[in-house]
Amino acid sequence: MITLTVNGTDHSLDLPAQTPLLWALRDGLGLTGTKYGCGVAACGACTVLIEGQAVRSCQVALAEVTGPVTTIEGLADGTALAPLQRAWIDHQVAQCGYCQSGQIMQAAALLAENPRPSDAQILEAMDGNLCRCGTYPRILAAIRAAAAAMEG
Amino acid sequence: MLIDANGVTVIAPRAEMGQGTHTTLAALVAEELELPWNQLRVLHGPPARAYYNSALMREGVPFAPTDDGWLAETARDATDIPTRLLGLQLTGGSTSTPDAYDRMRLAGATARQALILAAARRLGLPADRLVARDGAIHAPDGTRLGYAELAADAAAVDLPEPPALKPRAGWSLLGRPLPRTDMVAKSTGTAAFAIDTRLPGMVFAAIRRNPVQGLGLVSYDTAAASQLPGVLRILPLDGGVAAVANTTWAAFQALDAVDYTWQTPETPVTDALIDADLTQALAGSPQPLPDPADSDFLAEYSVPHLAHATMEPMSAAAHLQDGRLRIWAGSQFPTMGRSIAATAAGVEESAVDFTTTFMGGGFGRRSESDFIRQAAALAREFAGTPVLLTWSREEDMAHDMYRPAARARIRARLSGGLISHFRLATAAGSIMASMAGRIGLPALGSDATILQGAGDQPYLFPDHEVTGHTAAARVPLGFWRSVGSSQNAFFHDCAMDELAHLAGDDPLTFRMRHLSHAPSIAVLEAVGALCDWPNTPPGRARGVGFALSFGVPVAEVVEVEETPAGIRLTNAWIAADPGIALDPSIIEAQLAGGMVFGLSAAIQGAITFAGGAAQQANFWDYEPLRLRQCPPIAVKILESGGQIRGIGEPGTPPAAPALANALFALTGQRLRDLPLNRHLTFA
Repeated sequence: MITLTVNGTDHSLDLPAQTPLLWALRDGLGLTGTKYGCGVAACGACTVLIEGQAVRSCQVALAEVTGPVTTIEGLADGTALAPLQRAWIDHQVAQCGYCQSGQIMQAAALLAENPRPSDAQILEAMDGNLCRCGTYPRILAAIRAAAAAMEG
Repeated sequence: MLIDANGVTVIAPRAEMGQGTHTTLAALVAEELELPWNQLRVLHGPPARAYYNSALMREGVPFAPTDDGWLAETARDATDIPTRLLGLQLTGGSTSTPDAYDRMRLAGATARQALILAAARRLGLPADRLVARDGAIHAPDGTRLGYAELAADAAAVDLPEPPALKPRAGWSLLGRPLPRTDMVAKSTGTAAFAIDTRLPGMVFAAIRRNPVQGLGLVSYDTAAASQLPGVLRILPLDGGVAAVANTTWAAFQALDAVDYTWQTPETPVTDALIDADLTQALAGSPQPLPDPADSDFLAEYSVPHLAHATMEPMSAAAHLQDGRLRIWAGSQFPTMGRSIAATAAGVEESAVDFTTTFMGGGFGRRSESDFIRQAAALAREFAGTPVLLTWSREEDMAHDMYRPAARARIRARLSGGLISHFRLATAAGSIMASMAGRIGLPALGSDATILQGAGDQPYLFPDHEVTGHTAAARVPLGFWRSVGSSQNAFFHDCAMDELAHLAGDDPLTFRMRHLSHAPSIAVLEAVGALCDWPNTPPGRARGVGFALSFGVPVAEVVEVEETPAGIRLTNAWIAADPGIALDPSIIEAQLAGGMVFGLSAAIQGAITFAGGAAQQANFWDYEPLRLRQCPPIAVKILESGGQIRGIGEPGTPPAAPALANALFALTGQRLRDLPLNRHLTFA
């Protein structure tokens, strides 16, 4: 059995230690907000936080997970949406929506580390997250807005 | 729609794949029903022939979308009958809004009127004394009856005649940006795509098929694979092999460990073979112009096959229990999906409950039902156990139905600075024949998609000929966002740009000189005004692209500059006219997103073939644009007030020519073959 803390809750999983975190979340725990897109860290759809750092969960084996995991389901504070989620809604970012969990988690890691990122820093941080619908202009606008909102 | 204690639920007959159709369909109902926007839920309806898509077949006849002459109208009306018989509940062709515009408003108005009559009966008042407002019927004395409490009575009301629809001036929801009904779910990870279906006892499946499409398996050895942890079963499926396990990853691992002996092709498909097909299809076309002159314009353009590469790979869940089959799938064509699932599971269609989920991108790929067929077959093998089938990204890339490779040759002549002769011959494999063959439908006449975007442009030239040529279809071909316009707009509009330069004219003005279609002229003027054409910042260059597709004229301008890292796209502008704009925010998003889709393909999209198999496997070798590559995009929406049009596709076609024309303006180099990164480095 492997133990895992996800969104503040401890879980025990009867899965092989080399199972990628992505599949432990989706198929083991039923946390389907984190998406499979490529399996090779090329698209960012599976991005989650481990100890606040953005990682591609398709590339992290369960055995390598040494800290608490935050997924899109755990980003809101209870029923209060995170500032990034509010900005995503205000800017009506999503189209198909499939990549957006990964986009939001990547942006969350950025703003946690750098609350006032320049545009260049946003582009660099978000470079690993693909969106096939082309929502990029609104993603950029929403991250800027969330940063400003968090500044208060 | 459904009115109950939970409020009003609109059953949307079209699928949500990101284009915002659920929001707009619901707004059409809510507008007439006098319902506040926050009191409404949207569900995708079950597959039903009653939801047949009349607009789609109307666009399938060989008349230009701007041709409203009696002949075109007659032909379009005649198509209503076979469409209804075929029961096409298809989301595609940018048809949802045109199809729903009257019907969904009428549904809302009918419900409103029935609720008023039910209230009139209950209160003993004449109906014309009652008003529908804010989700309730109001009487002059202040009595307020909520829709939910009137719903049962209203359902029994027979309306003498269809109620009148509100005039546009009376709209309070339509015509303005609304919060999308799916936005909170898609910002919180709670939107359920097919791949997210989870049921008690569910098992997880994956499939591997011959990388050469259409060929099967000679033999396979599961000795190593079946020993892996979590693997429940490895079995033949749909000409390939499926693994079923306790996680999708275990299923993927098992498929990697199977030793396959695939059938091999006698004549493997290669790029050279595809090139030869197109050369042959175009041979001798178009014929030389009368009294040929050395100065006549002659150019040849080409584009490669393209994959859809939706972010959610193909996936479907299926559960066969007690003779009933349940399917959860993102399908643009659920009536077909249900039929195919029933056959695969060995049940009657009437025993299939089909849930259309949100789609992690469609772009035409999910009008196919191959993955649904496979999930249903697995459900039959695992009767009583729910099965989720997930394709790997590699399987998705290898087993797409591709946008066909295409080529065009154009001969033209200028006379007095204007085009006197314009002859375009365009060739591609037939999508319609390819798709019809897959689903066992007869091909519906010649394939109009081969000419789409070339034969239907609103230009007027004294000598004007456009011919379509069917090339062999060596690999499965399918509908790819904007279909034939995705290649033909590149061919046609790049030629217009070349001719403008040969004429020594401004490219934007030159296009307008050859147009009489007022909305088309207007979008070119508007995009020019939006970007302050022709005033370009130093060091940068701009190109314009224009196409009319799905009845929507769209003009786009791309601005580029050279940097040490390569070409960078610095700005983009779009002007478009969908006739009537129901939701400006959704329209803006679709136009910009459609443009990015087109730019991704133009810069770096190509599926190539060797040994019969697609050579691209994943996003590292078939890569959409990234945020840093995406320019700011300004959008101007015009409303000529004509026929309402859909907007999911028209943003895509002008993107490639606008970029190629900008690169000519920057470098002096005419790039006539896509993708452009074969010729230039992009930042």
